[in-house]
Amino acid sequence: MSGPKGDRRKERLDRGIKVRSDGVYAISSWQEITYLIAPRLLLILGLALAPLLLSAFPYWQRVVSIICVYALLAMGFDFLANYVGLVSLGGGFYVGVGAYATALLNTKFGLPPFVTIPLATMLGAMICTVLFLPCLPLRGVYFAIVSLMYPLLAARIIEALDIFGGTDGVLGVDGFANMWVDQYLLVLSVLVLVFVLRRLVEEDIGLVFRGVKDNDQAVKASGININHYKALGVFIASALGCLGGACLTHMYMWAGLSQFALDFSIIPIAATVVGGGGTLIGPVIGCLILVPISEILRDFGSLRIAVYSIILTGFIVFKSEGIMIYAARKYEQFERWVEI
Amino acid sequence: MSSEPLLSVQNISKKFGGVLALSGVSLDIFRGDIVGIIGPNGSGKTTLVNAITGFITADSGKVYYQGNDITNWEPHKIAAQGLTRTFQVMRPYFSLPAYKNLIVPLFSPRARRTGGWRGGGKMGSRDTVAVDILEEIGFERDSYVPFKVASSLPTGYLKRLELARCLALRPEVIICDEVFSGLSMSEMATMVPLMEKLQMEGITLIMVEHRLRELFRLAGRVVVLNFGCKIAEGTSDEVMEYPEVKEAYFGSEEVFDYV
Repeated sequence: MSGPKGDRRKERLDRGIKVRSDGVYAISSWQEITYLIAPRLLLILGLALAPLLLSAFPYWQRVVSIICVYALLAMGFDFLANYVGLVSLGGGFYVGVGAYATALLNTKFGLPPFVTIPLATMLGAMICTVLFLPCLPLRGVYFAIVSLMYPLLAARIIEALDIFGGTDGVLGVDGFANMWVDQYLLVLSVLVLVFVLRRLVEEDIGLVFRGVKDNDQAVKASGININHYKALGVFIASALGCLGGACLTHMYMWAGLSQFALDFSIIPIAATVVGGGGTLIGPVIGCLILVPISEILRDFGSLRIAVYSIILTGFIVFKSEGIMIYAARKYEQFERWVEI
Repeated sequence: MSSEPLLSVQNISKKFGGVLALSGVSLDIFRGDIVGIIGPNGSGKTTLVNAITGFITADSGKVYYQGNDITNWEPHKIAAQGLTRTFQVMRPYFSLPAYKNLIVPLFSPRARRTGGWRGGGKMGSRDTVAVDILEEIGFERDSYVPFKVASSLPTGYLKRLELARCLALRPEVIICDEVFSGLSMSEMATMVPLMEKLQMEGITLIMVEHRLRELFRLAGRVVVLNFGCKIAEGTSDEVMEYPEVKEAYFGSEEVFDYV
């Protein structure tokens, strides 16, 4: 026993059930299965039932769709920033490219939404990846600045050259058959993709992505072309954004300059900070919190941004680790005070 | 031994601003050699390694490897040819367990081509190979060491991890940038036989070192650099007789009883 008497230290220990269910893939007791499934089921059921529960409030139903679009973007941001090491502020660009791609495919070629959305996702992601290729050698804040320029540049080019309908945007895009289709298309996309991405980063190829983030020199010395993997990372993130943009366009039946808005670049970052970066589920939770707050605050008029900023600052200062990391720790570990 | 050198560096020069880091260094490495590169701090040893492996572009000069001109190729292409290197400052993928660090090189095109294990894409198989490589390089299999997070490993294991990263590529040549520095005496005592074992397996080793005692036990040939110039080449006993070498290491005094 050393140190002054009465000194105490907080000790964190893994819960027994966490240790027992860790890395066990055989069917074990109901308790352990429940322990593993419960948090995942909470997210899945929560998101899947939200449109149903809100069916009396069409406005809030629409908000669920918006949340999903932002969640897709935030997942892409988290993946790029925390697993590939590229801090991308190009969210608005991904959405815009996806929106214009789907709108043009729909209006010029008359393809139905269920063809244009996957097509626009792939095509838009390819366009984004090709346009980002020159920036891939950049790192850290330099990549962030350049990627922020893309949505601004694209909007100004469309405005100045008066292509794709200029400032009016592309009008007359087909809508979905009914509201439930777009709701559940987006909700299912988010739920499937969040678990796909979480699996991906644990696979061998995901470890290469993480290697590029941790130490790109060592990856180069391992005989791997890091630009290929950075490009693949941008492709994945921009595909998520384009999917969101394409759904948004068919929802509004319109693609316009506002889809290059900086909101799509900034809110995903805020959501990642609030939800907890590097967890991929955290950003989804962040969007579930931030987007409704932003809607509620519409009543405050111009004070909206101020209140929003205060909430965000509070989160960053007092809970900088993010909700998801905090919750996971509480779920997996217990704390006790020990005398030293 | 074939007469054609495996790796041939010809007249390579590199300037950083006004500093001449390398001026006209030439070097021939034959298959199966252990060659030491020594020199005082700032003599251009690491710059030479970087220039050979493509991490910096040389201003002039040529590097030939297996008869091909690989001057100023991109680093990943050079590594894919089997010319690998370790880094002096070890930065493993800190967030990953030690064996997961090897998944990255095992995922490279070269390892997939030369791996020699079946079902390269199947889940788990790369993990097994990674643990095998770590065992070969001196991680105890039955302990938890290979499964520990890389950030919690001591220097000795990190140095081995660097070597393991090279071995995962099934290399022809490993350029070791100061593998002995920062190790305790006992860690070093196990490292020397490890290098000998690698040589027995047919890997050509180029060792950049400050630890002359251990290096001279291993290296058949030693190259001495000073201020970016090659000032001596020969066996360890020969190079220590050069007056330039004594001067570079000790000033102009005649005392020399370190080795």
